[in-house]
Amino acid sequence: MTGASSGIGRGTAIECAKMGATVVLSGRNEARLQETLSSMEGEGHVVLCGDLNSEETRKEIVEKMPALNGVVHCAGISQIQMAKFMDLSSLEGIFQTNVFSPLMLNTLLLKKKKIQKNSSIIFISSISGVYRSQIGEGGYGATKAALAGYVKSLALELSAQGTRVNTIHPGVVETPLLEVSNGTFGEEKLDALRQKYPLKRFGKPEDIAKCAVYLLSDASSWMTGSNILIDGGFILK
Amino acid sequence: MTLDEFVKAFAAEFDETPEDQFKADTEFKTLEEWGSLTALSIISMVDENMDKTITGADIRASKTIEDLYNLANSK
Repeated sequence: MTGASSGIGRGTAIECAKMGATVVLSGRNEARLQETLSSMEGEGHVVLCGDLNSEETRKEIVEKMPALNGVVHCAGISQIQMAKFMDLSSLEGIFQTNVFSPLMLNTLLLKKKKIQKNSSIIFISSISGVYRSQIGEGGYGATKAALAGYVKSLALELSAQGTRVNTIHPGVVETPLLEVSNGTFGEEKLDALRQKYPLKRFGKPEDIAKCAVYLLSDASSWMTGSNILIDGGFILK
Repeated sequence: MTLDEFVKAFAAEFDETPEDQFKADTEFKTLEEWGSLTALSIISMVDENMDKTITGADIRASKTIEDLYNLANSK
């Protein structure tokens, strides 16, 4: 579980532990990873702290990794930058964290044979860049669309081993990542957006976590290369 | 950035409104072209020119272009 120190990553780690999984928690913040760990049931969970944007760190972390049956790539950042004002270094930054690092981590996991047969790999994408977007979300959306495209090929490459690969596309979920939008647009705009959701609320990490549990379990054994939309009905309007 | 320069840069973010409509005391939120797109453009313009981050709340708190200029400077 990457991005396990907060938000969707934390919620999913907790839910997986509830369902009996032993989880390897990855993140950059040791204290917050320990917080996640302390909310998790069961034993034997492993904390591997480090910045996955560094190739060195990725290699170290993968070395310490036990053999896995599932991977959930939750680590990601958000950014608001209009096309007219885009700067390369911000774009490189968000692509590094949201695309290059998870893909390169995945490459290493496969190379070092850490992903067993009949595993399930999930990338947390978004409705942004795939089903919808907002002004200033072009860079972020591009990174999320990148993941959606990537899994379609990866799913084919791993199908012979019975390993399935899918993306989850959440609508707005109440996590620290939302603070980026909140800071720029403000609570009022956020409230107005909340009302646009047919189910009248934003998502919670548990909503996404339960979808991840389904994808990680044998219940979804015939599902691969899919993009799972979970957005409280938002794109319907 | 001087107030004059700020007013000019502010005006440049608007495509439909003539430049002479923009003065230090212009109540920018009453302009017809004002909306979420121009708001985000102004936030970006301030970031690019003044290296300061203003928010939606800052925009709501400002009445005139000069108000916003002063608020941005105070950050």
